[in-house]
Amino acid sequence: MSETKPSMLRRFTPFIIFLIMASLLLYMMTLMNRGDYNPRDIPTELIAKPAPEFTLPDLINPEVMVSSSAMKGKTWLLNVWATWCRECWREHEYLVTLAEQKNITIIGLNWRDERTDARNMLRQLGNPFSQIAFDPNSEAVIDWGVYGAPETFLIDSEGIVRVKHKGALNEAVWQEKFARYFTGVTQ
Amino acid sequence: MIPELGHFALIIAFAVTIVQSIVPIVGAARNQAALVAMARPAALTQLLFVGLAYAALTHAFIVHDFSVLYVSQHSNLVQPLMYRISGVWGSHEGSLLLWSLILALWTVAVAVYSRNLPEILMARVMAVMGMISTGFLAFMLFTSNPFERIFPVPLDGNELNPLLQDPGLAIHPPMLYMGYVGFSVAFAFAVAALLGGKLDATWARWSRPWTTIAWSFLTIGIALGSWWAYNELGWGGWWFWDPVENASFMPWLVGTALIHSLASTEKRGVFKSWTVLLAILAFSLSLLGTFIVRSGVLVSVHAFATDPARGVFILAFLIVVVGGSLALYAWRSATVVSFGRFQLFSRETALLLNNIIFLTAATAVLVGTMYPLVLDAFGAGKISVGRPYFDTMFALVAIPLLLLLGFGPSIRWKGDDWQRIVKITGIFFIASLVIGLLIPFLIEDQLNLATGLGLAGALWVALTTLRDVVSRLSRKLTLSLSYIGMVLAHFGVAVFVAGVTVTMTYHEERDLRMEPGNVYNISGYEFRFQGTRKVQGPNYIADEGVIEIWSDDDKIGELLPQKRTYSGKSNPMTDASIDKTFTRDLYAALGEELENGAWSMRVYYKPLIRWIWLGCILMTIGGVLAVSDRRYRQTVRQKVNNKLGMANV
Repeated sequence: MSETKPSMLRRFTPFIIFLIMASLLLYMMTLMNRGDYNPRDIPTELIAKPAPEFTLPDLINPEVMVSSSAMKGKTWLLNVWATWCRECWREHEYLVTLAEQKNITIIGLNWRDERTDARNMLRQLGNPFSQIAFDPNSEAVIDWGVYGAPETFLIDSEGIVRVKHKGALNEAVWQEKFARYFTGVTQ
Repeated sequence: MIPELGHFALIIAFAVTIVQSIVPIVGAARNQAALVAMARPAALTQLLFVGLAYAALTHAFIVHDFSVLYVSQHSNLVQPLMYRISGVWGSHEGSLLLWSLILALWTVAVAVYSRNLPEILMARVMAVMGMISTGFLAFMLFTSNPFERIFPVPLDGNELNPLLQDPGLAIHPPMLYMGYVGFSVAFAFAVAALLGGKLDATWARWSRPWTTIAWSFLTIGIALGSWWAYNELGWGGWWFWDPVENASFMPWLVGTALIHSLASTEKRGVFKSWTVLLAILAFSLSLLGTFIVRSGVLVSVHAFATDPARGVFILAFLIVVVGGSLALYAWRSATVVSFGRFQLFSRETALLLNNIIFLTAATAVLVGTMYPLVLDAFGAGKISVGRPYFDTMFALVAIPLLLLLGFGPSIRWKGDDWQRIVKITGIFFIASLVIGLLIPFLIEDQLNLATGLGLAGALWVALTTLRDVVSRLSRKLTLSLSYIGMVLAHFGVAVFVAGVTVTMTYHEERDLRMEPGNVYNISGYEFRFQGTRKVQGPNYIADEGVIEIWSDDDKIGELLPQKRTYSGKSNPMTDASIDKTFTRDLYAALGEELENGAWSMRVYYKPLIRWIWLGCILMTIGGVLAVSDRRYRQTVRQKVNNKLGMANV
């Protein structure tokens, strides 16, 4: 047995296999960048269903309770965030823009966090939330089926969940998924 | 100021790598000595500036410069010095900087230790490594700058998860990167050889020690990750087939094939183009791992924060490097002719089979890792391939591999008599099969084929490896360091297989509700729960359970699992207690406090689990010994002269 010159087919096989794999990956990335595919989009049961209730102490003022039922009649966002979540730091500036320039009501859900850390973060970056529910033990988070932070839900005036977005909010995501629920409310 | 200097140093390093990747290769093509001679100084300069950038980031961590975004996100004022230094590579940006630093170190190491190589080949190797550096530095500068500042400056940084403050986890990434990046050396040698069109056995001889040492780093890196997961995560598992674990395991599998294939090419001049291909594949899979982890295509505990721009950049880089080198291979390997002749039953064939088995395993892992991702992207739904698939695949791969490992090293090069091999190993085959099947039979009183075969495989490898050593000693042959290295590594495989088989079959896990005074028996060990007490730690208070362990009416130990509440933290942390011996681990973790002083708790019995890591350590030491062999310190000329006279592996 001896090895001779590799045949044409044999020489090109690895390259061809790679081309196929690379095109698949490229296609995936294109889908991701167009927003057609997000590996983190985990389907939620909650869409078009009534939002789960929660009543939790306020982050800033622990004696006050934050309750989802008090939001009836308003279209609002529930934003799950925490200081240990890097994307939340990046997302924060856009949340402030939403609250200040578009007058969007955002309820924060501070998840598995420390009060002091969370307050420090708000002191540094500004507070876009009208209220913040403090949920160190994942009580509400489990009902809402949250997989990770940041995650944002849109609840309409009937108390029905309309949108769920996994990952940071930005202008593009806003225009694509959220903006249409607020026409007539903003500006 | 210092972070800006660091950033500036990175930019200079980037400029230097561009010079390093273009000038020497042009010089080699035009045969201009002055251009060729640029290679080494460029590599050194690059190391200097990447090193400066790395030092600047480390400095920012040490002095708590929270104006640097990355520092404020990954350290805080109370973090111990050691974890501030390791915090540098704690996340995406800094770990890329570590990647680049290690690549620069490998490049300079090659420049220093390969003085005897032809200058032209050296120039090409340096240039290829320079191209890889250029890609990574550009990636960092354009998408992931670790020196980004924030304003206003936070007073304190983020709290790190205490779980991540563990020495094992701190040194696990550098070891892994040493392995991944180390494969770039073999890759660079292969590409340089293809570029030069002169693919003789020389390049195999030169890239062999580099590949072996990179493989050793990768082995210990993977083992450390597994060890950390077992000790800290408290799930009692040691391998999870997580996509990120797989990303490090694929280069390891192909790297293992490569170090064996390099042996054939070096010794006998066979499989030249195949070895080149493996060298390209091993590094390509390292890059693919980087892509998987950092592009956001997967959701995992390991995954870094997603940013689509990063994914696109790495993919483009992957296409240039891997696509380019495979195209070069398709174009150039036509000129490669292997001269060595060998018979069907020979060491060469055995090593080829080894390669096929390892490549099959790597393909199985690749498919199992990528398939769910691709399926999801095409909207076919989320599926998890998971443990059953991987466990089955590996059981199937292990059988031929262990069988081959038993007699492969005893077969002579060029050709051997199969009857001779059967005669010298047959008795060990029967003995290990009988003993292997007998052990589980004695324990369970029934035939357990899977466990029996696993143990038989381990015994078979251990016995035949020892037989070969004894036979060489009795023939008064001197054992070279590289031979001893091989023996240790193969013995490590036996130890590893025995550990995996026994742990998987005979481990026990129980979730219990225990009241003080309760006794629970697992595999002959009595867990006697005495109750809990309050313990004060430096920055926490804990409920500490006291569990006495009795065996045959003797108290042999005490487990003290804790449920800690750190000051200022609301979530209690579980601190498991493990009683470790060479033959078994006993493990207890406290769950929740129930009524009447009762606690829910989890207890494990893990026989031979330490053998899993012991096996990996033996393989690593084997690799290091093999590289320390004297013959790698000889010059090329001596080597060529010696080549025909060498009989040992």
